[in-house]
Amino acid sequence: MANQFIHQEYLVAGNNFNSAGSASEAVKSTLKKMGVASSDIRRVAIAMYEGEINMVIHAGGGIALVDIYYDKINILLNDKGKGIADLEKAMQPGYSTAPEEVQRLGFGAGMGLPNMKKYADVFDIQSEVGVGTTVKMTIYFG
Amino acid sequence: MTVKELVQVLDAKVYNLDDEMREVTSGYAGDFLSAVMGKAPTDSAWFTIMNNVNVCAVATLAEVAVVVLCEGVEPDEPLLNKVKMQGVNLIAVKEDIFGAVKKVCHLI
Ligand SMILES: Nc1ncnc2c1ncn2[C@@H]1O[C@H](COP(=O)(O)OP(=O)(O)OP(=O)(O)O)[C@@H](O)[C@H]1O
Ligand SMILES: [Mg+2]
Repeated sequence: MANQFIHQEYLVAGNNFNSAGSASEAVKSTLKKMGVASSDIRRVAIAMYEGEINMVIHAGGGIALVDIYYDKINILLNDKGKGIADLEKAMQPGYSTAPEEVQRLGFGAGMGLPNMKKYADVFDIQSEVGVGTTVKMTIYFG
Repeated sequence: MTVKELVQVLDAKVYNLDDEMREVTSGYAGDFLSAVMGKAPTDSAWFTIMNNVNVCAVATLAEVAVVVLCEGVEPDEPLLNKVKMQGVNLIAVKEDIFGAVKKVCHLI
């Protein structure tokens, strides 16, 4: 049981706000079918959505790799976008470089990364300017 | 209170009611989507003037009981289609957020 898992891969399109969130929605419905507790699903779905949206807005898209085990989920988000110069600053609640047109859609509170850190049990972000950004999250069930 | 009761008290325009007997046990007001996902409790009524399609995703993810569009704002077409598809409760009122919350906060 412990070494069985579901592997899923998603392409996240950049700058498309109609498809944005579809990877998180798909993962959410997988977890629902598995009977994972709704409070855990909520944490997974929000953390992944925030990461997905960040790739859509800030990185021109990317990929999401998801491994679901019976007791946890690993989410890896990778993009080849512009990267983040100052990670410590980016992690601060309220810090945002979101352009005005996406602010008008309700993004840009600077709460996405803090939310990911809050809802994930393990959160790791690596970024290099001009190379891209990788976010790894683990959420344990129960 | 239920979503149905909320609609009555607010005299709200109904855009989509999927589950009118759903209990509303809390509330949240605001337009920044990440703030909603960070702070809105499950089963809350979410008061906002944001009316694009991402509102539906956030309402689903945060598991709010109902979205209350304020200040006479109407959902744009993609949002309306999506809430119908995903079964998200969406209603609208003429009052601004303060006025709408004032009408119901003692009942929730
Ligand atoms: N994948 C990414 N590639 C490049 N920059 C990023 C990426 N993710 C985050 N950032 C940078 O970090 C900042 C903070 O991100 P965070 O998600 O916390 O806030 P936001 O996306 O600006 O607004 P919100 O998430 O509240 O809508 C962003 O404004 C952006 O400058
Ligand atoms: Mg963000």
